[in-house]
Amino acid sequence: MSILINKNTRVVTQGITGKTGQFHTRTSRDYANGRSCYVAGVNPKKAGEDFEGIPIFATVKDAKAKAGVNTSVIYVPPPFAAAAIWEAVEADLDLVICITEGIPVRDMIEVRDRMRKQNRRTVLVGPNCPGVITPDEIKIGIMPGHIHRKGRIGVVSRSGTLTYEAVGQLTELGLGQSTAVGIGGDPVNGLKHIDVMRMFNDDPDTDAVIMIGEIGGSDEENAARWVKANMKKPVVGFIAGVTAPPGKRMGHAGAIISGGKGTAQEKLAVMEECGIKVTRNPAEMGKLLKTVLK
Amino acid sequence: MKIHEYQAKEILRKYGVATPRAVPCFSVDEAVKAAATLGGKVWVVKAQIHAGGRGKGGGVKLARSEAELKTLAGQILGMQLVTHQTGPEGQKVRRLLIEEGADIKKELYVGLVVDRVTQTVCLMASSEGGMDIEEVAAKTPEKIHKVFVDPTTGLADADADEAARRIGIPEASVPKARAALQGLYRAFWDTDASLAEINPLILTGSGDVIALDAKMNFDDNALFRHPEIVAMRDLDEEDPAEVEASKHDLNYIQLDGNIGCLVNGAGLAMATMDTIKLYGGEPANFLDVGGGATTEKVTEAFKIMLKNPGLKAILVNIFGGIMRCDTIAEGVVAASRAVSLKVPLVVRMKGTNEDIGKKILKDSGLPIISADNMGEAGAKVVAAAKGA
Repeated sequence: MSILINKNTRVVTQGITGKTGQFHTRTSRDYANGRSCYVAGVNPKKAGEDFEGIPIFATVKDAKAKAGVNTSVIYVPPPFAAAAIWEAVEADLDLVICITEGIPVRDMIEVRDRMRKQNRRTVLVGPNCPGVITPDEIKIGIMPGHIHRKGRIGVVSRSGTLTYEAVGQLTELGLGQSTAVGIGGDPVNGLKHIDVMRMFNDDPDTDAVIMIGEIGGSDEENAARWVKANMKKPVVGFIAGVTAPPGKRMGHAGAIISGGKGTAQEKLAVMEECGIKVTRNPAEMGKLLKTVLK
Repeated sequence: MKIHEYQAKEILRKYGVATPRAVPCFSVDEAVKAAATLGGKVWVVKAQIHAGGRGKGGGVKLARSEAELKTLAGQILGMQLVTHQTGPEGQKVRRLLIEEGADIKKELYVGLVVDRVTQTVCLMASSEGGMDIEEVAAKTPEKIHKVFVDPTTGLADADADEAARRIGIPEASVPKARAALQGLYRAFWDTDASLAEINPLILTGSGDVIALDAKMNFDDNALFRHPEIVAMRDLDEEDPAEVEASKHDLNYIQLDGNIGCLVNGAGLAMATMDTIKLYGGEPANFLDVGGGATTEKVTEAFKIMLKNPGLKAILVNIFGGIMRCDTIAEGVVAASRAVSLKVPLVVRMKGTNEDIGKKILKDSGLPIISADNMGEAGAKVVAAAKGA
């Protein structure tokens, strides 16, 4: 088991004709069961053509009907990415993973509002995220596959390379991962820490979770309170940005301390209160996790 | 992106928000002419800088005669205005707004931000105008009335009216307050703002509702569809190092410390700063080089960091996932040579072709200090910066 994706997931790439979409579709297809998983691409102008053997369809609906996809990964440029998310939602896919960075917040507010009002069941991960990987089964996104190892630790994070850092440490300690989920660095997104935590809690093949957060918003605090009340498995955490100045956007659109809210100190304090072991040293995320395993 | 008060007011006026009559000025002569054009006997001389807290810092003054106006304009224009948002060095005042005096009966607060939990725009209104809203939120949160606006319908009449009544607008002025609130919301939405604030929104003796101040920030990701907003950008208000970095597609923020850092990825970049601090050092900057740490990018990044005369050491921390460590190592070596690097350089590389990368660094003959993990890198760069 795992969460969100496994070897039976069938993926369509939206943005398969762009350079980024092609590069990452290729590396993802070359990972584990990628050859069976990557079955379609979408581009209305190139329907009927293929990308290195992966058939291209005019719409996501077509890809679902003809190639049986249930999941989409989006590499479409920012001005068109929210519309791409909506297309996948309208096609009633199970899951949409949006990698695109730089989508206007207003576009995300609109698409999330429509998803809620129409009670859409499609799960959104991202945008501005590295994607999701279930080691040795399937990789959907831009993370380097080779640093991962199959195992029983769940990883959830708002950042890309910092997730790789945590995964790299776990793998070096011989601790494999059940699934690693990058929820993305934007202020308005799909799955949040709390949602992923629920999934890991219910996954019989996850024993413990690393939660990596950063300054801005209150996602980590909300997840921590949920963990205190409901989580049956140990959780450890790290928050990036203890040294970040207020009012400055630290790379990610969502990584900003505004109105004195969303500081790393505040998040770490709430996490500790809720029984989550935290470290202030990012070099020790893996070691810390090892200490909580039974 | 941020803009000046007078620019925010220009936008708000287009959306039907009432503002005092005012003229932006770049010189004392222009200020004197502006006062003559506006007429009346009292004018407000307002420094235009992007930071808040201008009044307390001495950047907003009342002039009761033409002579006084001339003196005040001369004092404020060109001053280094220090507020709680500028840092101790302050910000040079290059523009003024000369505004007609207002008959203030009540000072109120209204603001709009994106609420991350509900994923809607949140209207905050308070009777405590003229104060720092963060302070109000901390001390008397019950004095802030919130409305989460439905993205498809916008700010409804009933919601705007209720907000107006809650903050003490008398019944006769409610329609005017509604126009101000709905105008503010439409301006926020249409321009892809990330913050829009009127503080204070005033009720005048004659019952008018007027934006005495205005502040707007914009979503950088949406600027591509707002050339009219981009045209309002004032580079004088931005950190020159950050402006230079943005030209090279580098995400750079200047900090107060003396250890430069160059990292790929925003989260890892923050974590690297934190590590430097954890080992007793102070980061000089935040710098995310993104996915492509090419020789050109690393060279430009080094140049920008080295403009800081207090820089004592540099830490390069790259998690080479898809990017290979040998490519990064070549980039770091070439960049070090290109800028004739004099300060100690610590490099921590992880990922694909790590060993080849380390060999390239070693064989370069440059005094590059290598580290295997983030902790070691932090310890080594802090020691190097202290000259140990």
